[in-house]
Amino acid sequence: MIGKHLLSSADLDREDIETILTTAASMHDVQRREVKKLPTLRGRTVINLFFEDSTRTRSSFEIAGKWMSADTINISAKGSSTSKGESLRDTVKTIAAMSVDALVIRHNASGACRQVSQWVDASVINAGDGTHEHPTQALLDAYTLRHRLGDLTGKHVVIVGDLAHSRVFRSNVITLATLGARVTVVAPPTLMPSGIGAWSARDGFATSWDLDEILYAGDPPDAVMMLRVQKERMSGGFFPTAREYTVGYGLTSERLERLYAVNPQIPILHPGPMNRGLEIAAEAADAGSSAILDQVSAGVAVRMAVLYHLLAGDQGAQS
Amino acid sequence: MGSATPPPPAARVVMSSGDISRALRRVAHEILERNKGPAGLVLLGIPSRGVPLARRLAAVLHDVEGVDIPVGTLDVTMFRDDLRRQPTRAPGRTVVPAGGIDDKVVVLVDDVLYSGRTIRAALEAINDLGRPRAVRLAVLVDRGHRELPIRADHVGKNLPTSSAERVHVALAESDGGVEDVRISGGDR
Repeated sequence: MIGKHLLSSADLDREDIETILTTAASMHDVQRREVKKLPTLRGRTVINLFFEDSTRTRSSFEIAGKWMSADTINISAKGSSTSKGESLRDTVKTIAAMSVDALVIRHNASGACRQVSQWVDASVINAGDGTHEHPTQALLDAYTLRHRLGDLTGKHVVIVGDLAHSRVFRSNVITLATLGARVTVVAPPTLMPSGIGAWSARDGFATSWDLDEILYAGDPPDAVMMLRVQKERMSGGFFPTAREYTVGYGLTSERLERLYAVNPQIPILHPGPMNRGLEIAAEAADAGSSAILDQVSAGVAVRMAVLYHLLAGDQGAQS
Repeated sequence: MGSATPPPPAARVVMSSGDISRALRRVAHEILERNKGPAGLVLLGIPSRGVPLARRLAAVLHDVEGVDIPVGTLDVTMFRDDLRRQPTRAPGRTVVPAGGIDDKVVVLVDDVLYSGRTIRAALEAINDLGRPRAVRLAVLVDRGHRELPIRADHVGKNLPTSSAERVHVALAESDGGVEDVRISGGDR
């Protein structure tokens, strides 16, 4: 059963995910209407508290809240009292004291959202914490993949890029595994998270340093997800040059052609923002089978569904 | 809205499959009579059991008038006033027929009319979809106990009940081939 908070993708079992994705499909219908408004969360207040820059996640949470008739307020760390030295605890306690119903939080420290959930009565939604998790991104990726591929049981999803710094990848591995998909992750050795060897014990999970082997030898992928090379987190020499990264791990137009020779419908995903020409070539980003804008569109529907299930019902009652 | 839980064995059958189809035929004729023909009609079924009922009404209308009446579904979950009283559940889909509902005569179709709160939610949901010329309500069973000023235009069967009783509607399409209306609970 979906609980009060959404802190980790591991909070959701398969049934919860199915419920959220089914709800998101109905919300997607609303998105196509002239009047994009539901009265469901009227009188509820949702605060987007972003300690890191974000365009799509913050705006899609904001739109989702507004379309559900919740009062939505954005607070970014820049220009807030955090920049005057206030602690996270004081900031969230202050905001929670204004009787808000939900806090959507992005923070650069892993575990910040779980910490906040112990300080306040409001529902807390993790919109990305450090290099830990980003559960709503994984849900919208699952929504997009299911729309393209149907049931994900047994499907092979390849995730490529900066795994060490990626919360998107961590949440995706959990959610895709819960839905029965097989996941192979590919990264240069320097961008593999430490301890990933222990993950390999999971069913259907594999790691590799060789993108071409994974894409073309043996088990063909049903979908490819490229992750952003996070320049802002690149303080140590993780790879020699951008060019070398592209040659080894970028989805270049040559790699796309070889994929298309086998499967011209293969969905290409990227959580954005993209570094065109680095991890993904423009030809791949704009390819016919690219699902990147579908992901953005699904983002609003999925976040409406999450807000609905966390805030609309009586979480104490059992059906 | 009828109860989704299966009826206990002691539940009394108050409408058989034959009663249901006869009632629907009469309701279909009433809809035509009231509308002076099939022009401009749109049927919107309220999930879950209003949807197969709307399809059946459309089939009868096709038999009688030889025209296809547009059928859609209208999910009202997000518009309910009792969301906070129970755990959330995934809403159904809302499907508006291709011609839309603007300036049409929309007939809402549901299985059981009880408090009227589902219909209130449906009227609000319709408001966001367009502006019909008129909205009418057809139900298989009216069991009374209204809590809002709402009434049905077309009723398959008026079923006096006590509020302690439960009404269970089973339709072949949604209940594994079983089809009847039963009452359980209460003192009688």
